[in-house]
Amino acid sequence: MNFAKSLRVVLVTGLVQLAGCGDENGDFGRPRENRPQPVELVLLEDGRPDPSVLAAEQVVYRGNGDEPQTLDPHRAEGVPTSHILRDLFEGLTTEAPDGDIIPGAATGWNISRDARTYTFYLRRDLKWSNGDPIKAEDFIYSLRRAADPETASDAAVSLLPILNAREVLAGELPVEDLGISLLDEYTLQITLTGPTPYFLGLLASPVAYPVNRKNVEEFGDQFSRPGKLVSNGAFVLKSWNPRVSIELEKNPLFREVDQVIIERVIYYPIEDLTAEVTMFRSGALDWTAEVPNNQFKWLQHYYPDELVVSPWMGSYFYGFNLLREPFAENPELRQALILAIDRKVITEKVTQFGEKPSFSLVPPGIEGYVPFTPDYAEWTQHQRDEAARRLYEMAGYSAENPLYVEIRYNTSENHKKIALAIASMWKQQLGVIATLVNEEFRVFLQNREQKIITQVFRAGWISDYNDPYSFLEMFRTGHAGNDYGYSNDTFDALLDEVGTERIRARRERLMFEAERELLADFVIIPVYSYVSKRLVDTHLRGWQDNVMDHHLSRYMFKLKSRQAGEQAASSRVDSTSSADVPEAGEAPAEEIPAGEAEVHEGPGAATEVGRKADDEGES
Amino acid sequence: MRQEGIIHHATSRLLGLIPTLLVLITIAFFMIRVAPGGPFDGEKVLPPEIRANLDAKYHLDEPLMQQYFRYLGQIITLDFGPSFQYKDWTVNELIAQGFPVSLTVGGLAMVLAFFVGTAIGIAAALRQNTAADYSIMGIAMLGISIPNFVVAPLLILVLAVYAGWLPAGGWDWSIQRMVLPVITLALPAIAYIARLTRGSMIEVLHSNYIRTARAKGLPGHLVIRRHALKPALLPVISFMGPATAGLITGSVVIERIYSIPGLGSYFVQGALNRDYTLVMGVVIFYGVIIILLNFIVDILYSWMNPRIRFDEVM
Repeated sequence: MNFAKSLRVVLVTGLVQLAGCGDENGDFGRPRENRPQPVELVLLEDGRPDPSVLAAEQVVYRGNGDEPQTLDPHRAEGVPTSHILRDLFEGLTTEAPDGDIIPGAATGWNISRDARTYTFYLRRDLKWSNGDPIKAEDFIYSLRRAADPETASDAAVSLLPILNAREVLAGELPVEDLGISLLDEYTLQITLTGPTPYFLGLLASPVAYPVNRKNVEEFGDQFSRPGKLVSNGAFVLKSWNPRVSIELEKNPLFREVDQVIIERVIYYPIEDLTAEVTMFRSGALDWTAEVPNNQFKWLQHYYPDELVVSPWMGSYFYGFNLLREPFAENPELRQALILAIDRKVITEKVTQFGEKPSFSLVPPGIEGYVPFTPDYAEWTQHQRDEAARRLYEMAGYSAENPLYVEIRYNTSENHKKIALAIASMWKQQLGVIATLVNEEFRVFLQNREQKIITQVFRAGWISDYNDPYSFLEMFRTGHAGNDYGYSNDTFDALLDEVGTERIRARRERLMFEAERELLADFVIIPVYSYVSKRLVDTHLRGWQDNVMDHHLSRYMFKLKSRQAGEQAASSRVDSTSSADVPEAGEAPAEEIPAGEAEVHEGPGAATEVGRKADDEGES
Repeated sequence: MRQEGIIHHATSRLLGLIPTLLVLITIAFFMIRVAPGGPFDGEKVLPPEIRANLDAKYHLDEPLMQQYFRYLGQIITLDFGPSFQYKDWTVNELIAQGFPVSLTVGGLAMVLAFFVGTAIGIAAALRQNTAADYSIMGIAMLGISIPNFVVAPLLILVLAVYAGWLPAGGWDWSIQRMVLPVITLALPAIAYIARLTRGSMIEVLHSNYIRTARAKGLPGHLVIRRHALKPALLPVISFMGPATAGLITGSVVIERIYSIPGLGSYFVQGALNRDYTLVMGVVIFYGVIIILLNFIVDILYSWMNPRIRFDEVM
């Protein structure tokens, strides 16, 4: 009886509290003013944080989405796994906090005039976490292992630019024929099939990380387990409880160990986005992998300093099946459907995360590349709608004879909302009668690939590397990812040229032309470019927004909390003043002002960030 | 006579397990293969060379029947093979890591549900048709109807985020982290058991032998304890067999919301990822548990209910 009564009390209080969520006084977690605030960041002359402002405990608790598949860098794939591997290992190149590719295990490199041969000079004092020296041979062994059919690496796609990589992967040539060679103990050479400007970026990805030969040969498939794994990054693997946590600790033999402030990193694989937010709110996490879309408004209101939104290297779009009715041979209809979507409504009212409305395939933010934008991107939505109606009629449809179409997407709350919005816009502007079909992910992928029953379907692409080619490539005739049935000789020829062009500006021009060609054929319906979004504790600094959304723990540090007696200035003042600190060497992250601007102004601010990237591209 | 019956029954039930499992394995094996898509399909389509390497490594390039017999040969040695999704672990290891967690949380929830549920069920039965009875049963109905994906976040908000008494999620084998998941899992079971107990208790209390016991002047609590309790719990016992199997093999909802590394998620994740070996491993494991628990329930039944004799049942 008492139990029942108290149960009822708990339930009732809970419901009342829950109902209060949307109200002004709704955050019944730790209210904002009671949450500990960090002290102001003070930098030393070399740009590093003053030890006096650092927290005593330098441990980062990172929410990390799904359980990593494996910590074998060559067989790993997926975002969560890569986050951990970037802390454990270091490739020939690595990434700065802002995402720039900088020397890693190599001090430098030469690129031949035909842009096909790269010579890497290794640092001489490198050590594995077991104390063995790292030599050029280790990289040769590792790249060969990654390309070896025996390893069965899915990430080996990234190695395809290397000479003979395709043949080696197919088992037609022995691994020794892979286009890499040892010049001396600390020098190695990699030969490519053609100019690949993003190759240095690929070398910073897990599939190109070195593994310790002794380690692999001793433990075989189990070498990546705690207590066994030997690595060369800023951290080493301490423990791994599947689906509980992965703990890393500072690697005392890392080449720049004196620069690493964080002592331990604990990754929590939390599949449920809401659970992750709750854990963040209860103080158990410093960093979340993501935040659920439906909580954006609420978080924006109660966690404005913690919510960080930034452009990401991905595009969300819909694709047409060009092999089937009604879209085959019907460019007018396709264009009408492209025009009749109000992207601003989708990003501002549906997705709400400051995604940037898009009319192009390639997202903004790739260094040196400005995506092709069709002229109708500049029109008002009203003009677009009118043009859409004209085209719709030209295609032979009318109110009496409407288009019946199936919109296909994989089951997900977000995809559903967007599909609904698009269907209703088509209905409102053109009178199209759309049916929504949602399918389990793999069923959906198979249907898309077979191109037999699809008409218009959700698609999207998040690139592993910072280059437009990644987006364009899948539209080639016969490409395995070409679920559109698109085939255009001019487009293919342009991409062929991209593969051999070694002058950067010309290569970018070719890709720009290819993108123009693709968009002029109305193969896809661009909707928006992605943003990354997460909660970050205000104490955690040292990281910066970057389009790849790669954040190495070695750059992070934790500020201590302001004592109760100290002046409790609002955190906004705090963050602004920290941004005023003159930039020096490794500048501190300026994430708070940027994040704040976006958070307060929502989509507008993100648009601005995007535009900034565009301007830089043009200059 | 009775002893022999039980042993005979037990052996034949255990032998019956083998064909049941074989059917289970066969159906599960082909069903998951029939499902469209494979473990290595993704938004990023792999080039054929790489795809072929993966298929070869996991024997997916062989004819289906050959894969089936290879699999049968493998599980005879109790080896469920490597997981496709969690490549660093074998399915045996994943089950060995996940099951103790699910067993602990689910087992504690079942124990809690049994004691609390029967207690309030009996309390309600003894006060049949009073305000107390109605309110207990009303709340129990609420407990059955509110799904645990509503209860769990509520408990987290109130007890973890707001009050800060308990952790919001995660797992480290500490009691604090078990409290919320155990309560959440137990609530619907408590409600169900309470209703079952109340119903059968009322029925038993009206039977002749209880009236006789009362007439002999036995005090009320002794009548309940000695005579009414055992028969009144029979329906609860038969409910607990499958319910326990469900609880100790993990609940995907609870595991997601509280971030607990139990078995339930493997079931769902495995199926969604077309992680063939993982799904098969969990299905077989689940099947064995259900069969075993039903078997235990049968034995308990015969012990608690003298009217059942195995020689009669068979």
